[in-house]
Amino acid sequence: MTKILLNGTESDVAAANVLALVEGLGIDPRKVAVERNLEIVPKSAYLNTPLEDGDRLEIVHFVGGGN
Amino acid sequence: MTDSWTVAGRTFNSRLIVGTGKYKDYEQNAAAARASGAEIVTVAVRRVNLTDPNQPMLMDYVKQDEFTYLPNTAGCFTGEDAVRTLRLAREAGGWNLVKLEVLSDPKTLYPDMEETLRSLKLLVKDGFDVMVYCSDDPVYAKKLEEAGACAIMPLGAPIGSGLGIQNKVTLRIIIENAKVPVLVDAGVGTASDAAAGMELGCDAILMNSAIAEAKDPVRMAVAMKHAVIAGREAYLAGRMPKKLYADPSSPLAGLI
Repeated sequence: MTKILLNGTESDVAAANVLALVEGLGIDPRKVAVERNLEIVPKSAYLNTPLEDGDRLEIVHFVGGGN
Repeated sequence: MTDSWTVAGRTFNSRLIVGTGKYKDYEQNAAAARASGAEIVTVAVRRVNLTDPNQPMLMDYVKQDEFTYLPNTAGCFTGEDAVRTLRLAREAGGWNLVKLEVLSDPKTLYPDMEETLRSLKLLVKDGFDVMVYCSDDPVYAKKLEEAGACAIMPLGAPIGSGLGIQNKVTLRIIIENAKVPVLVDAGVGTASDAAAGMELGCDAILMNSAIAEAKDPVRMAVAMKHAVIAGREAYLAGRMPKKLYADPSSPLAGLI
C-alpha cells in the first residue's frame, strides 16, 4: 500500500500509478484533471506516473459555478 | 442580420454568458442555459467527490457540444491559486479561453486588482486567453488591457447582489477606451438591468444569480435573452436626446 494525500485526505492506496488510481475509483479519466505534487499529470502520462509514499494527488472536475 | 462579437479569435452570436452555479440541479441549470440562448457558460473547477463518484456531473447535463465552457477561478484569493486552477481546467478540457477572478474580501467579493493584474501576467505568459473580472476602475481596466487581457469584465454591482448597474459613468469610460471586448460581469438583478448594461455599449453581459435565484429560472433566462438583445439594439439604434420639457408627437398645425 502507498500512503498518499488524495484530495486533501490521507489515503492508503493499492494503485501503482495514476491510471490505476483513477480507474480504481470508478472515475472516467476523460472528465477529470489530475495534479501530482502541484504538477499537472497529462492524461497521456497517467500509466507512466507512479504513486509514491507522501505524494499529494488532486483529482478535479468541472462543477457549476458563476462568479 | 447577424450582430456577432469576437473574443480571442472566437466569434459568438449571443451576447449573454451565463453561470452554472446556484441551480436546484443540473437539469434545471441546463434548461435555463438553453432558454437563455447563451453560447458560453462559466464553470468552476473543484475536487471530485471520491466517496460518491457516481454523483451527477455538470458535463452530462450542460454539454460541451452545446456550450463553450469558460472555466473561472471563483474562490481563488491569490495569483498562484488562480494559475493552478486554470492549468487544471486546461488539462481537464483543453481550454485556453478562461475567466480570471481574484477576490479579496469575502463579504463584498470585490476583486483584488493588484493580485488580479499579477495573475493575468502569469497566465498570459503561460499561453492562456484571459477574460478578466475587475472593478469598474478605468485605470485598472487599461492596465489589464495593456497586460494582455483578451476581455475586460467590470462588475456592475457586487457578485450575487442583484443590485443592478451602479456606476454607468465608469463603465461608459471603460467601454469607450477599451480596444478589447468589455463585458459587464455581476450585479444584474432583473431584465431591465441587463438591457441597461447593453445600452451602455458593452459587448456582452455575464450573469448567474439573476437567473438561478429567480422563482422561475427558465422563464427569467428567456427574459434575459430578450433584454440583452433589446439593450444591444437600443444601443445600435441610438437613443433620442433627453429633454426637460414635453415635445408633442402629434402635429400642432391643422388643429380644429
